[in-house]
Amino acid sequence: MAMLMKGNEAIAEAAIQAGCRLFYGYPITPSTEIPEYMSKKMKSSGGTYLQAESEVAAINMVYGAGAVGERVMTGTSSPGFSLMQEGLSYLFAAEIPCVIVDVMRSGPGLGGLGPTQADYFQLTKGGGHGDYHSIVLAPASVQEMVDLTKEAFDIADYYRNLVIVAVDGILGQMMEPVEFPPYQGRKLSPKTWAASGAEGRPKNNVISYYLTPDLGESENLRWGQKISLMKESEQRFSEYLMDDAEFAFVAFGTSARITETAVDMLREEGLKVGLFRPVSLWPFPEKGLSARLPQIKGWMSVELSSGQMVEDVKLIVNGQAPVGLCKRQGGMTPEPEEVVDAFKKQMLGRGQG
Amino acid sequence: MKTIFAKTSGLTERPFHYCPGCTHGIIHRLIGELLEEMNLIEKAIGVAPVGCAGFCENYFSCDMIGAAHGRAVAVATGAKRARPDRFVFTYQGDGDGASIGLAETVSAAARGEKISSIFVNNAIYGMTGGQMAPTSLVGQRTSTSPYGRDAVTMGFPLDLPKILTQVEGAVYVASVSVESPQAIKEAKKALRKAFQIQLDGLGYSFVSILSTCPTNWGVDPVEALDWLTTKMKPHFALGELKTPALEGGSNP
Repeated sequence: MAMLMKGNEAIAEAAIQAGCRLFYGYPITPSTEIPEYMSKKMKSSGGTYLQAESEVAAINMVYGAGAVGERVMTGTSSPGFSLMQEGLSYLFAAEIPCVIVDVMRSGPGLGGLGPTQADYFQLTKGGGHGDYHSIVLAPASVQEMVDLTKEAFDIADYYRNLVIVAVDGILGQMMEPVEFPPYQGRKLSPKTWAASGAEGRPKNNVISYYLTPDLGESENLRWGQKISLMKESEQRFSEYLMDDAEFAFVAFGTSARITETAVDMLREEGLKVGLFRPVSLWPFPEKGLSARLPQIKGWMSVELSSGQMVEDVKLIVNGQAPVGLCKRQGGMTPEPEEVVDAFKKQMLGRGQG
Repeated sequence: MKTIFAKTSGLTERPFHYCPGCTHGIIHRLIGELLEEMNLIEKAIGVAPVGCAGFCENYFSCDMIGAAHGRAVAVATGAKRARPDRFVFTYQGDGDGASIGLAETVSAAARGEKISSIFVNNAIYGMTGGQMAPTSLVGQRTSTSPYGRDAVTMGFPLDLPKILTQVEGAVYVASVSVESPQAIKEAKKALRKAFQIQLDGLGYSFVSILSTCPTNWGVDPVEALDWLTTKMKPHFALGELKTPALEGGSNP
């Protein structure tokens, strides 16, 4: 049965249902409902909620719980996510599975509380040091926040990799009807690598360093193979009216919701436009987008940032068609009409009206 | 033939990488012996720091997690909360515990995390080659205080165990040293008590151990023991600084 639920709370409930037993976090708007929900529900679900002294501590507590083999999550918002970047790099290198939620708010600096997608570079290119990647899932509805959060724990365990669920402040704060259907998980191996106490087995070390350059290279190459495998296997996207489209928007999260309305408006005018929505931001769904290249005369990225994802779109389009950008920044969102106007100006060479 | 001394099973066969005269080896042995004597090898999860002891996961026979610099106590918190049935300890240097990780140390103490921290203070950054530490003495020459630590511009050494005595959740705080057989015995006693306090679920236990660094102090191993005794010991509070109320302990 569907119930009305706020995005942040839906993520927290989904995590508990996915077997998350530990939550460590530090309050920050607009993600605070996640720790609040966890502090209310974790105990009765047989888990533990702990308020950390900082996001730096929180991500390292995640590291500790993940290292002993438990399902663990933290939730934060952009400035807090910045503080966690060192930890993400260590989590990747130590191959500790975990789930991190970033409810993006506008920056740079302390910024504002309005929604944004300006963490895209930090999320997808790696905000911490070294060659690493997080799998980044970008839901566009409260229901998808539930479904992807549940799956995120399985993906994390499957690859022994960090998985980030990235939403903007609007998705975190809005209420929508949502269902929690039973989840058929992946087949996963037991965590024999975990440092959970060496009872009846040789000791385990969970570490992230290598002392010699040759070992450093071989470890990086091994991780590189895992990155390639994730890149090959975990691309996700969704399409709206793309089959006969001649022009296509690319947008995720809240900007995809707005763009869907713009697509409807342009369709009413008889223009064959569609929406390509990345659901995984990393790996970017380049296979799906590439498959549409022959039919699309022009692409337009719609973003709540200065234009970050558009760089990935351009890499894949590779000069085969013009790539435009419609953006708002600093916590503002475009009206569907603005998207329509930007499309007409940039793709059809027409002014307003 | 009667065996009167054997290597503890709490330590692995891996040879230590420590410099000659460094007392990390002695402290490792004490911990290894306690892991064995208290039957903790299969139950323990140790957290290694970044610093000279950054490879200690290779030396202890129990499961180990390597933390980022300063984050050992947060990692240990995460591990212990996930597995309250395990014995969780951190092994950290003065830079890890009292400088970059000060917030983590004090906050874990305030929460009364049921973990034990071993804090090895040698008044210098050894791993990076002898830079000034939060615990370097006023006047001490290091590679980043080449004219001696000047209190006016570089401040004073931080006496972390003394601070922790003021934190309610820290139920056992001891400050010991390892420059003589007698001191080593006292250090082991303090460690044993700290470990038992965790097993009894009483709260956070913290043992600071004054240690030597002949290489970066620029002295030979014997002189280093003397430097520890005559220079370091007068500057740090010593002894059992705080014991649980159950033992009639006091909070100074």
